[in-house]
Amino acid sequence: MAKGRFVLSFPPSLVGEPLTYTLVKNYNIITNIHRAKITPEEEGRLVVEMTGELEPAIRYLEEKGVKVEPIAREILVEEEICVHCGACVGVCFSRALSLNTETFEIKFDREKCTLCEFCLKACPVNAISSKF
Amino acid sequence: MKSEKKLSTITLSPHLSPLTRKGCDLMAKTFSEINKKIKKGNAVVLTAEEVIKMADTEGISKVAEKVDVVTTGTFGPMCSSGAFLNFGHSDPPVKMSEVLLNDVPAYGALAAVDAYIGVPAISRTKGMDYGGAHVIEDLINGKEIKLVASSSGTNCYPGKYVETYFTLNDLNQAYLYNPRNAYQNYSCATNSSSKTLFTYMGILMPNLSNATYCSAGQLSPLLKDPYLQTIGIGTRIFLGGATGYVAWEGTQYNTKRKRTEKGIPTGSAATLALVGDLKEMSSDYLRACVMYKYGVSMFVGIGIPIPVLNEEIARTVCIKDSEIYTDIIDYSVPSLSKPVLGKVNYEELRSGTIEINGKKVPTASMSSYKKAREISHILKEWIVEKKFTLTRPVAPLPVEREFKSLKIITREEVKING
Ligand code: SF4
Ligand code: SF4
Repeated sequence: MAKGRFVLSFPPSLVGEPLTYTLVKNYNIITNIHRAKITPEEEGRLVVEMTGELEPAIRYLEEKGVKVEPIAREILVEEEICVHCGACVGVCFSRALSLNTETFEIKFDREKCTLCEFCLKACPVNAISSKF
Repeated sequence: MKSEKKLSTITLSPHLSPLTRKGCDLMAKTFSEINKKIKKGNAVVLTAEEVIKMADTEGISKVAEKVDVVTTGTFGPMCSSGAFLNFGHSDPPVKMSEVLLNDVPAYGALAAVDAYIGVPAISRTKGMDYGGAHVIEDLINGKEIKLVASSSGTNCYPGKYVETYFTLNDLNQAYLYNPRNAYQNYSCATNSSSKTLFTYMGILMPNLSNATYCSAGQLSPLLKDPYLQTIGIGTRIFLGGATGYVAWEGTQYNTKRKRTEKGIPTGSAATLALVGDLKEMSSDYLRACVMYKYGVSMFVGIGIPIPVLNEEIARTVCIKDSEIYTDIIDYSVPSLSKPVLGKVNYEELRSGTIEINGKKVPTASMSSYKKAREISHILKEWIVEKKFTLTRPVAPLPVEREFKSLKIITREEVKING
């Protein structure tokens, strides 16, 4: 049994396919979908945690035309540097970054992050990094 | 001090606001009365957020009666900032005209060893990644700065070149002088075009995909005294973690902006020129920043105490986010006057989503509300601990001031007009 987090990117033509259902049914994979982002024009992006026999499952996905990238990187917000302005929130479309409406502190929800790295550019004080 | 009149706001600025003349105010206080209370340790000081809560439960009259001072705060990027530095003379002395600080050009066309380092100046070697704001922050943090200065040499200043390292302590004077800070409100920015825009209001994604704003709203100093009845030249303030002063009206000061019923301008209006000793400041409240593909700026922490002199001021200090409106501006139009897509208040902006043209648009703040809140609490503490008293302005700020734009004319047109 192996476990890993992956970014699955697939063309619009595959949007309707029951990919995760097949993974569960035919490959005995336990999936935990962290974030799905599908827009009509763009490719779909899915951040998923998979547990099970990963190799055949990944082969299946790749044969279907899905790009499978293991997530080794991690977004890191450095508390010491962050001024809690909220500038990063404006470019984080998966809403992984948000401002707490009570404390007005920045909150990062790793599960929702699609690793697009827009926030790295948006942060005016360089408090965000992408760590391997 | 004894001659100070009860209705001090009226003596300050007689035609400033119709509000001050409304009715007779039995609960009016003066600056000196409040200062006496501060020194005795029995002044009632609340932050702008605290006084809003109090007004909700007890009403404005009670605020006017009980509260002496309301503290405010803001912490946003303010490009029109910088510092004057005096290096002292080298031997032989150099009339420094070209001045580089860690490769960032400073303005040297002042007397021999004075220079002004502007926040947005960028490094000749590192470009936008390091600028004047970073030099100022490094100075505050006690770091060594490389100084390279040159001149053509004069009889009295024979030296032509100097290269050395210095720290903040080595300087004779180092004071922040920010020509335009503390904007009274600022419009909300969005982008209806199909291209991403990189602006001083952050990254504006295409097709109205986000909207950014930059004001501490209900905590913001000039929104709590919208007609500047208590803030003027000489007002002592919190600046960058230290004590500072209002030096002058800020550049682009504008009294012509439309106001809401409560007197709140619905976009950028008044501004302040601020001054303070860099040697006492802290990088917690003065922080260099880079707006991606736009340039270097600096987060400046400012807090201004508002004396609750009368019931009108009690009313304005209690104005809350839901009553402060700003215009939504479409930054995709590359001309000076940009289309207004609507109006929105700060409560809506802070909720995380607003509606523009029927579309739900996520919002993002450029200025830190958390830091603004922190500053309002620090200033409150200073006053409660008797470390900080209020100053009655030496002179009021302008009541009428238009913000003009630059006309582009030819030599011929100058002759015709002249
Ligand atoms: S990389 Fe940054 S902007 Fe992109 S999803 Fe993650 S947190 Fe949000
Ligand atoms: S943009 Fe940077 S400084 Fe501002 S809240 Fe996000 S991480 Fe913090």
